[in-house]
Amino acid sequence: MSKPRWLRILRPLSPHARFVIGIASFVLPLALWGIVSYVPVVWHPQVLITDPGSVSYLDVGAHMERAAFESEVADARHEGRAPPKGVAANPIYLPSPGEVLKAFYTSFKTPPPTKDGQWLHQSLWHSIQIIFWGFVISSVFGVPLGILCGAYAAIARLSEPFVEFFRYLPAPAFGALAVAILGIYDGPKIAIIVIGTFFQQVLIIANTTRKLDPALLEAALTLGTRSRQLLTRVVIPGILPDLYRDQRILLGWAWTYLIVAELIGTTSGITWFITQQARYQHFANVYAAIAMIGIIGLGIDMLLALLGRRLFPWDRSLAKTA
Amino acid sequence: MNDIAVPAALLPSYREQSPAVRTRFDSLKAREVMLTVSHLHKNFETPGKTTVALKDINFSTHRREFLCVVGPSGCGKSTLARILAGLEEHSAGDVLLQGRPVTGPGSDRGMVFQGYTLFPWLTVKNNVMFGLEVNGHGKLESERESMQWLQLIGLEKFADAYPHQLSGGMKQRVAIVRALANQPRILLMDEPFGALDAQTRCRMQAHLLEIWRKIDITIIFITHDLDEAIFLADRILVLSAHPGEVQELIEVPVPRPRSVAQFVSPEFLTTKARLEELIHFGQQVPEEEQEQEDYPILARMTNVTDNVE
Ligand SMILES: Nc1ncnc2c1ncn2[C@@H]1O[C@H](COP(=O)(O)OP(=O)(O)OP(=O)(O)O)[C@@H](O)[C@H]1O
Ligand SMILES: [Mg+2]
Repeated sequence: MSKPRWLRILRPLSPHARFVIGIASFVLPLALWGIVSYVPVVWHPQVLITDPGSVSYLDVGAHMERAAFESEVADARHEGRAPPKGVAANPIYLPSPGEVLKAFYTSFKTPPPTKDGQWLHQSLWHSIQIIFWGFVISSVFGVPLGILCGAYAAIARLSEPFVEFFRYLPAPAFGALAVAILGIYDGPKIAIIVIGTFFQQVLIIANTTRKLDPALLEAALTLGTRSRQLLTRVVIPGILPDLYRDQRILLGWAWTYLIVAELIGTTSGITWFITQQARYQHFANVYAAIAMIGIIGLGIDMLLALLGRRLFPWDRSLAKTA
Repeated sequence: MNDIAVPAALLPSYREQSPAVRTRFDSLKAREVMLTVSHLHKNFETPGKTTVALKDINFSTHRREFLCVVGPSGCGKSTLARILAGLEEHSAGDVLLQGRPVTGPGSDRGMVFQGYTLFPWLTVKNNVMFGLEVNGHGKLESERESMQWLQLIGLEKFADAYPHQLSGGMKQRVAIVRALANQPRILLMDEPFGALDAQTRCRMQAHLLEIWRKIDITIIFITHDLDEAIFLADRILVLSAHPGEVQELIEVPVPRPRSVAQFVSPEFLTTKARLEELIHFGQQVPEEEQEQEDYPILARMTNVTDNVE
């Protein structure tokens, strides 16, 4: 009896199994959400009023708790009044997948509620720019410093204890300071992304650099490489695929700082859209916007993964991952 | 392995050399000295303990000599190679390459390691070009030379392959020419074929001799395989362990050119008998080390009637 391939430890899946299981990873949570939304006996703790009957404070389209509704019905029956009517519903903050799907389309088509407001695509583009500049500024300093820390013990000793300390400080805590220094527009938002990314970046890249096989350095030395060339000809090309992977992970972290960053100063970007929609209780739009962040983030990561396979054909570990 | 038991008394002494072999050694020793190691000591300082890895090593090699270094595990063979390469500092003594002291790694001493150390991000051709380029040769010239080297080992078809696409034997062949492309004075090899299977290893040995015959290179080859040492070497430096000391520098009486048929020749067998005597019986392991290396007595884990011997 041989075990199916997908149950064996550290065995890669067949392309077919990879595809099917990968689809299932999205279908399963969606199916769960669908069941909760469309099967009335599952959860549905509230009632959506379709006819207020004799109850004066009820309106068509209002939500109310099931227990309260049932007692109103009982009271009305008891007193011989017309009972209110309604259907089982979920709370307004849990729209169905269908509503959210529709919101994907309609939210792009809906004009901004105020004259100076932004369309959704403008908000998204603004957010992407914040992430981009935050990540670029962090990388311009973080990547070289990380590599130097990994390569030279003295530089590591000089910077890493402080960096290690600083990375525990929550980036949003610098919000007020950033506003005081950089104003209320994009500056402080980019700064928060930089603070959230930079310190992790230095430590992670330093570690990646230290993991380079020292035998490769020794081989290069016996080939007559001088120590200055060692960095550019061995260390950097040697860690490049891992560095690239680190950057992908760090970019994902930068996205998680986005919402907090955009709340600082004047709220902007996708966060502005989300808070607006939540204020008007358009929760389907809120979910759609949150899902868009995920889709954009995952999409960029998949593109980068694809690009990585092109850039680093020698990298064995890439073949094993997504 | 050749475990044909020939009574030692029937064999000639390993010191006896045929006239042809003696002439070869005379002309070898007439060549200039390439490397001199004198009173070399190496201690490793670890917290609470100092390990004497090498103690008072003395030997020298001549130009185009093939010197093998053998010895039990842990006797300091790798340490010696690394010191000669300049990757490790020595504690005392002198290492002179053509009269100049060795102070650090340099392109005049190539090295082939036991593990695979080709640069994974470079193609085979670019790996071979690496040494030439870092030493200031032009791209075109390096490329042309590297193709010539690849032709020498019959891997020109793999010029654009990446190391991970090669077999272990191919990788080591590329590693050898990568070191040779720099035209070093000495090629240091630390158990370069240790990870290869017996057949590949045999082919690699023949290959290496072929390369050595064709170019002006002095080879210091470290191995723990006695057959390999006798097959390849002009002279064999035998080290003992704890601390690593020179036991004997043996002149191999097996005539050249070497072939596999010589594995059963009297000269080969007598040399091997001597090496085994030196390595397996000649060493005095200090008592504490001996205890450390004794196997614990295993409890029987099979049925008493289920015997394999
Ligand atoms: N960096 C180090 N620090 C401390 N001790 C070391 C170090 N490198 C080697 N040694 C010690 O020096 C001795 C010689 O080691 P070496 O690796 O040179 O042996 P070897 O002859 O190459 O062994 P093998 O045949 O197993 O490769 C060993 O006792 C080892 O424990
Ligand atoms: Mg060794």
